[in-house]
Amino acid sequence: MQIIERLRAAFQSGVTAPLQFRLTQLKSLLSLLEDNEPQILEALQKDLAKPKFEAVLSEIDMVVNDLCYTINSLPTWIQPSYVGKNLATKLDDCFVRREPLGVVLIIGAWNYPLQLILAPLIGAIAAGNCAILKPSEISRATERLLAQLIPKYLSQECFAVICGGAEETKSLLENRFDHIFYTGSQAVARSILQAAAVHLTPVTLELGGKCPCLIYGRLDMLAAAKRLVWSKFFNAGQSCVAPDYVLCTPEMREELLPAIAKALSIFYGSQPKQSEDFSRIVTDRHWDRLMALLGKTQGRVVMGGEGSKEDKYFAPTVVVDLDGSDALMQEEIFGPIMPILTIESLEQGITFINQREKPLALYVFSDESQVVNMVLERTSSGGFCSNDGIVHMTLPGLPFGGVGASGMGSYHGRWTFETFSHRRGCMLRGWGLERISMLRYPPYTESNLSWLRWATSAKKKSWGVCSVIELLHFFFAVIYLYTYTEYISI
Amino acid sequence: MEKQAVDGARRAFNSGRSRPLQYRKQQLSALLRLIRERQAEIVSALKRDISRSEFDTPIFELIGIENDIKLAERNLADWMAPQPVKKTLLTITDDVYIKAEPLGVVLIIGAWNYPWSLTLRPLVGAIAAGNAAVVKPSEVSKSSASLLKELLPQYLDTEMYPVVTGGVPETQELLKQRFDHIFYTGNSTVGKLVMEAAARHLAPVTLELGGKSPCYIDKDCDIAVACRRITWGKFANCGQTCIAPDYILCHPNIQHRVIEEIRQTLLEFYGEDPKTSPDYGRIINQHHFDRLLALIEGCTVAVGGESDKSQCYITPTILKDVLPHARIMQEEIFGPVLPIVTAGDVNEVIRFINERPKPLALYVFSSNKKVVRRMLNETTSGGVLVNDVMVHYTINALPFGGVGNSGVGRYHGKHTFDQLSHHRACLIKSLAMERLNMARYPPMTPSRLRTSMFFLRSRSGSCDQALRAWAVVSSLLRYSDIIVICFG
Repeated sequence: MQIIERLRAAFQSGVTAPLQFRLTQLKSLLSLLEDNEPQILEALQKDLAKPKFEAVLSEIDMVVNDLCYTINSLPTWIQPSYVGKNLATKLDDCFVRREPLGVVLIIGAWNYPLQLILAPLIGAIAAGNCAILKPSEISRATERLLAQLIPKYLSQECFAVICGGAEETKSLLENRFDHIFYTGSQAVARSILQAAAVHLTPVTLELGGKCPCLIYGRLDMLAAAKRLVWSKFFNAGQSCVAPDYVLCTPEMREELLPAIAKALSIFYGSQPKQSEDFSRIVTDRHWDRLMALLGKTQGRVVMGGEGSKEDKYFAPTVVVDLDGSDALMQEEIFGPIMPILTIESLEQGITFINQREKPLALYVFSDESQVVNMVLERTSSGGFCSNDGIVHMTLPGLPFGGVGASGMGSYHGRWTFETFSHRRGCMLRGWGLERISMLRYPPYTESNLSWLRWATSAKKKSWGVCSVIELLHFFFAVIYLYTYTEYISI
Repeated sequence: MEKQAVDGARRAFNSGRSRPLQYRKQQLSALLRLIRERQAEIVSALKRDISRSEFDTPIFELIGIENDIKLAERNLADWMAPQPVKKTLLTITDDVYIKAEPLGVVLIIGAWNYPWSLTLRPLVGAIAAGNAAVVKPSEVSKSSASLLKELLPQYLDTEMYPVVTGGVPETQELLKQRFDHIFYTGNSTVGKLVMEAAARHLAPVTLELGGKSPCYIDKDCDIAVACRRITWGKFANCGQTCIAPDYILCHPNIQHRVIEEIRQTLLEFYGEDPKTSPDYGRIINQHHFDRLLALIEGCTVAVGGESDKSQCYITPTILKDVLPHARIMQEEIFGPVLPIVTAGDVNEVIRFINERPKPLALYVFSSNKKVVRRMLNETTSGGVLVNDVMVHYTINALPFGGVGNSGVGRYHGKHTFDQLSHHRACLIKSLAMERLNMARYPPMTPSRLRTSMFFLRSRSGSCDQALRAWAVVSSLLRYSDIIVICFG
């Protein structure tokens, strides 16, 4: 493919390597966002009816924050990191260099069409790579806007946007990349991994799954309900880290339901359809999928349940009295339907979670720290957040990614930079002290072997890279080897 | 049989007993005992497998494992502890940290050239990270595989760390099972198959592959010392090392000198007849022996070239004036044959290296700092070593792994622990300070948006001091509505 060849030639010319180039491109990306905020908001409104508030906070600002953090930290990140050595290599330089990988492919998703493609791009640029962006064709307006703006702000030799659907993506994947970053579904992820295997390409997969939300023990029910409702119905439930389903005891459910109802009415009023703050479902196909799920459920709809296909509105919906085998529990919901399942004990809740695939996020609402700790210790998930939802992914210091079926690899902040870098182990030796090197050459002798073992083995106490005792050992060894072996070689 | 072992390991992992620090340390020290107490048997097995000298085994295989175990024993408590990270204004009173967790059941597929190190070093990391592991040693190094199968259950928890032996069919059967990570050491052809099998279950992989590790000798260097070090690295284990210098690149004017120095060094190391030296190994089997002889065909032999099929013996061989398109330059040699390719200057060398797949190791011999800097900056490789070969492998603080065709992922020391753990992002909040949260809830107003942005925005520069000040202030204001009045 011509575009890829062009980017590869640009990469090989070394133009993306200097810090200055990377910073300039990152600052341009910042300008892209600052100059075009109205157009971006308009595109997001067209694609998902995304309220301005959500668009600013979860799309524009998230990327801007990551950009500022990266621009400020990059000079530090690209410095080589020096490492500890053994006695035999005391006088050498040992360090790890972060190097670019080459030409990387970033495949975005439709639910946060700006953030999910630009956040990985930040790290790709910071790490000195060239990149091909493949935005989701489902969020059409954002796709078109990116295709128009990226070439205006970023180097056209090094960064390109390719638009298209499944066919175009498939032929794109036949080419060789140095890293593939994919956000989306498990089914597509498998075929991406298989395509990557042909070229031994490393991948980062940001997938999804059903994120459980356990509510247990003593807590402020209204505060919990507000945070739960906020994170569940943000973007009309179309977030990979939205709490997918709720687990709580029957008694707590009695308190929870009115609290949810109250939170919903505070947030969206009595007619969420009229609220400017509630999004829409992205396509007819997904709207149909959600309606079909409601049709198949054995549970009881206690709130919402209605929708209108013309504007893809789907009411905030709560379903109760269902169990693990229900239609709503077989796949990631990815919409504004909240099933509430009841459990008899915390133990039962933990077992229920562990019987299923490891989720991208796991939530616990409780004021009791033993409850929180127990769930944390006994389960696994990409990320974990207690007493809130989603916000853990806004922290630049935390790696954001899945485990098991919810994904592999992680990013955000420094982690994106590391994802798109190769950590090259480097050792610089000198010519001197060849006499110490001679210990390792044939013809082999028992005494040389014991010297070498002593010099290269880990010592019991290690007080940092260069301790006084290690230095003494070292000098003693040098003197001994130079005098004694000199003597015996006559 | 394979499925049974995997199911047993999963049952063992699900019991939770591999998680506590005590258990992990216990298993690690048992493994250390295995290596120390049974060293003689391990050395014999390697002698049978690959005619490895008894002096090479401790240095090349066992010390690495011992160092990794000692490092883990000393630091495991720290590695397992939560690592706090930077917070934002909105989370200043919360606990934010990364916690390393076990993945589950790891599959470790070893290789035949260093059958103990390449199987047990990943196992050290798997144990340290709290996983169960199915160990599949290479069937090509037969004696080592059967010795490992006999010894490991005597020291480690059998159910948690089963050994599965066998060839291609058994490996294929294993690869059909679901693992939480697959760690493979070997060649890239099989590496691709492993990655493909892993794709079915969305399992992450670590692939330690190989390739042709170039060795550049600059005109400006101590050629005698350089050649001695290269000879040592190239012919140890009879050249069957993934990071052995595969071929030499040098200026045509120094080619003759290089050949003479290596010839001289070979005499010092192995004597007139390396066949009789106890320190010189053999090719692992007939198949590789034949492969290597075919590679030498058509090239100009400067030193060596003799062989003895009955012993799978190939004398240390140097080829001169090798052409870039020669067959020997198309695949990893993995034997005691050292081609020399001439190149006019550093530019040509860099171009030559970059036109080829990224190697596992790159070696540069030069006293010229500019040359060294250019080689570091203008090429890439798994690892790079200047003025020596292979010894970077002994520093377990350096990540060891390939890039591109030479591999995916890295290990050694703490890197193995990290590779075989899941680093879980944790945010522990409380339900208090709900007033502060009001800013993010609908219905939206411009002033609420401004408040939210104030708290979530990243500040330019590091403002830890500002954050600390805010932490004090926010604690004082915890129960007050002053914030809301100011910004609400």
